[in-house]
This record gives sequence, structure tokens and C-alpha cells, in this order.
Amino acid sequence: MKSPAIEVTGLHKAYGAFEAVAGVDLHVEEGEILAFLGPNGAGKTTTVEILEGFRPRTAGEVSVLGQDPAKVGSDWRERVGIVLQESQPEEYLTAAETVIMWASYFADPRPVAEVLELVGLDEHRDQRVGRLSGGQRRRLDLALALVGNPELLFLDEPTTGFDPTARREAWAMIDGLRDLGVTVLLTTHYMDEAQSLADRISVIAAGQIIARGTAAELAETASMQTRISWNPQDVPLADLPEQLRAAAELLDTSEGQRETSTDPAESQERLVILTDEVTDTVAVLLETAARLGHKIESLEVQAPTLEDTYLALIGDAERSGELTR
Amino acid sequence: MSSRGLRQLATQTRFDFVLLWRNPLASFFTVVLPLIFLFVLTALFGNELVTPVGPKLASRFVPGIIALSVVQASFVNLAMVTVIRRETSILKRVRGTPMRPWVFMGGLVATSYVVIALMAVLVVAIGWAVYDVSLLWETVPSLIVTLLIGGAVFCALGLAFTKVVPNETSAPPFINLVVLPLYFVSDVYVPASDDTPQAITVIGDIFPIRHLAVALQRGFDPLSDEPMWPVTNWLVMAAWGVVGVLVVIRWFRWTPKG
Repeated sequence: MKSPAIEVTGLHKAYGAFEAVAGVDLHVEEGEILAFLGPNGAGKTTTVEILEGFRPRTAGEVSVLGQDPAKVGSDWRERVGIVLQESQPEEYLTAAETVIMWASYFADPRPVAEVLELVGLDEHRDQRVGRLSGGQRRRLDLALALVGNPELLFLDEPTTGFDPTARREAWAMIDGLRDLGVTVLLTTHYMDEAQSLADRISVIAAGQIIARGTAAELAETASMQTRISWNPQDVPLADLPEQLRAAAELLDTSEGQRETSTDPAESQERLVILTDEVTDTVAVLLETAARLGHKIESLEVQAPTLEDTYLALIGDAERSGELTR
Repeated sequence: MSSRGLRQLATQTRFDFVLLWRNPLASFFTVVLPLIFLFVLTALFGNELVTPVGPKLASRFVPGIIALSVVQASFVNLAMVTVIRRETSILKRVRGTPMRPWVFMGGLVATSYVVIALMAVLVVAIGWAVYDVSLLWETVPSLIVTLLIGGAVFCALGLAFTKVVPNETSAPPFINLVVLPLYFVSDVYVPASDDTPQAITVIGDIFPIRHLAVALQRGFDPLSDEPMWPVTNWLVMAAWGVVGVLVVIRWFRWTPKG
């Protein structure tokens, strides 16, 4: 039977009376990308550092690649790659020299040229690290984590500070690790990053896991609804059938512009309905518009984003009394 | 050591040396600064015969400058590099690899030895060519032992000293606060004479730098009454080295303080 790459049950970490991690369970299958999300101070980094073997734990069962990271030796370290949230390679070595130096730390390293190509730094191989851009340095960071040919990779906010293009490139690269069979524990603040890369997501708040599953499952947990909106000039509130009129809300999305604009055509007012019954609601709206002889080109249907879900989950957790500390 | 360990040590030493060489500040303070002091001291105090039968005054400066080079290449450089690596999370990352800590540190120690050897040869050569200072060849084995012990001791103390340095910006003042006053009381710039106040020599004798300088003086002064094998100086240095190693074993920190 295939054993999971990471198996954590009831993990606790206390600093005096303060419980930074208060009973975390995590399960990461081999070859899977798990996104680990949570606000600053939620216990994310503490948990990851315990899994990386940098920090002792107070209580709980932890198995990473079949071993307890508190007791591992260099054999285990051969199989694990780590990208820290903040780290700066030596600025006076070139990109290639840096990778060569790190390759020497491992028993069975990946070829240096292959690693540089994998992270897209082959053209910059002879450039000093001090002259690389922030995004290129971060890719070098990733190269140093990959050079040991790891089975498991810890990525702590790997794309912070990237421009959108560099971020897309990094995603493609991380997604490519899937083909190499690498298991990834990804910590990030970018919801689009988690949504685009992760097979599953775990959300931590105040030291506890408050939700886990795929993005869609999380949306269900948070009872997130699809947002349907349109310009009230196309279908006014008064013309809606009774059951929709009650659900619809008039929102002004042009806060601050109202003073300067008196032209009703530039109005930013939208009618909004949050619903689980997307098809039925849209059908009724189209019917109503047709009856009025209007087109409803302003219609927008937005499925809940992971960011909406995440904010709702964190908001619920903060309001819930049992999680206040 | 296993052959893999030796290969790792060689690679680490190669890159630590490249890093020192390419870093303008580090190479200035380890290579250029000691030479500047040699030139300044001889310019200030001249190079007359100390006694009618010799030696030249510069023979008093050459061993001090070699001692200075040893401390700069080991204590100062290791403390500086290691604090920066700690605060930029390089040490933490290395800790996350299978690289054994003492092989990693061994690269820095070996780099220090390479620099110490180069500087000793360079300073002796300049002393001979420019200032007519001759090395007493029969003392060379003793000088080599002194440099080997000194290099190891000041490397250990440099790593141990990182314990008290809170962050990278405070590394230079912390390190200089320790070494600059000690250089003055440790025969590094000006050798002690009969006129030197006793308090100065007592303070100098407590710390290891003066023992390094004094052990080197014998190699350039034919009139010296110091023993050929300065065992007492070696023992005092070694005692400091043991303290350094114990501090490193017990308190060395791999993660940023800041």
C-alpha cells in the first residue's frame, strides 16, 4: 500500500501558555500538491518548520516520508527540498556556481545544466547572483531545492514579489514538478496560486485546521454562492418576479465617483443576487428582459473564487468563539 | 574522512575562497589592510638597526603583521561571513540539506588556512625584499606549528563569537570592538618593550592574540631569548580554542536572530 508523503495528527506547539499550533491534522498523498493557507500568525510557518525538522513539537504524531522529522538524519534530508520564505543565495557566486556548490551537498544530485533549464535560468548561468532580478533569484532558490532530486518539496511563498508574467512561469514550473512525481507542500498568500496549482487545500486559522478539500469542496463548506449581477437599466428591480425581487440587492460599485458623475448612463449601480440556483435565476432574468424588450448585456455570473471562500472561512473562524485566543 | 566528505570539503573550500576573493570588503580587510599596516608602521618608525649588530626594526613589525593577517583571515572573516549567512538564512538552508555541519564549516577553516599561508609568504617576501628582514630558516617548523594552531584557534573563536552578534549590520562594530583594542596590547602593531606599562602586557597575555604574535617574533629576531618552541604560547592559544569549540558545540545558531 502506498504510504502518504506527510501524515500529521494532533500536532501541538506551545510557547509557554501560547499555543501556536493547537491540534493540526494534515495528510498529503505522494505526488500531490497541497496548498497550506492561512493568515499571518495562524501557525502556518511553525507547522511547516516542524515538518521540515527545524523545530521540535510539543505533542502529536508527525510522519514525513515515513520518518519523524524530529529524529531524521542525512538520509532523509537527501529526499527533501526546501524553499524558505526568505533566503538570499551568496551574491558573489554565479547562478551556475551556486547550483554546483549545492549539488555537492547531495549524494545523487540532478545535473546542474538540467536544474538551471528546469527553472529557466540557463541563459543566466554565468551571471552573478547579485545581478539577478528578484524573480530570477527566487528561481535560483527553487533550483537549490530541486538539485538534490527531492521526493518532497516544501515551498514557502515561492512567488512573493514576482510580476504577473514571472508568476505564471513559476506556476508552469511547479506544475511541471507533478510530472516528475514530486510531492509539494505549498504555502502561499495568493489564492489564485493555490487554485491554479493545488490538488487539495488546507486552511489554518488560530492554530487549527478550519477547512480542507478541493477548492470546490471548500466553497461548499463555506456555503459560498454564485454572484449574478446586472445593470438595473436592463432589468429594473420593480419588473422582477416576486421571488427574485426579495433576493436581489442594489449595490453601488462606484464609491467615491458619485460626486463627479451625474450622468445616469455612467451609473455603476448593479443589481446583485447570490444564489445556488444559477440556471433557474438566469433563465428568469432572460425571460424578464425579453418581456420588457431589453437586452441584458450587462449580465455577469461569477462563481465564488477561492479568495472569497477563504475570506469567508477565515471570517467565520474569527467570529467563532471557540477559536478566539 | 570518507572520500565523499573530502570532495565536499574541497568544493566548499573552493567556493568559500572565490567568495572571499570576489567580495571587495572581505578581501580588503584580509589581504590589503595588513599590508597597508606594514607600510605605515615602517614609514612611521623607520627601519634602523635595533642594536649595532642588527636586526632591522622592521623585523619587529613583520611577525606582528603576520599575526594580524591570521586574525583577520580567521576570526574576523569567519565571524563576519557566518553572521551574514545566518541572517540571510543560508545557514538554515544548509541545515536543511544532508551536508554535514562540520564539513560546511571546514570549508571556511580551510579557506582561512589558504589565506594565512599566502599572507605569511607574501609578508615574509615583502619584508625580505623591501625591508631587509630575514627569516630564520631553522625556526620555520616552529612557525608553521604556530600558524596551524593560530588558524584553528581563531577560526573556532570566530564561529563562537557569532553567538553574541545580534545581526549583520552590527557584525563589523562588534568584531572590531574586540580585535582593535587587542591588537594594540598584543604586539601586533608595536612590539612591547621594557617601557611598556605592565598592565598592557598583562591584558595582552590573557588573550590569545599576543601569544600568536610573540610566538612568531622568534622567527625574525636572531637576538631573541624566546624559546625555539614557544609551547606556553601554543598552550594558551589552544585553551582559548577549546573554549571556542565548546561554545560552538553548545550554542552555535543556524537560524536568523533578527
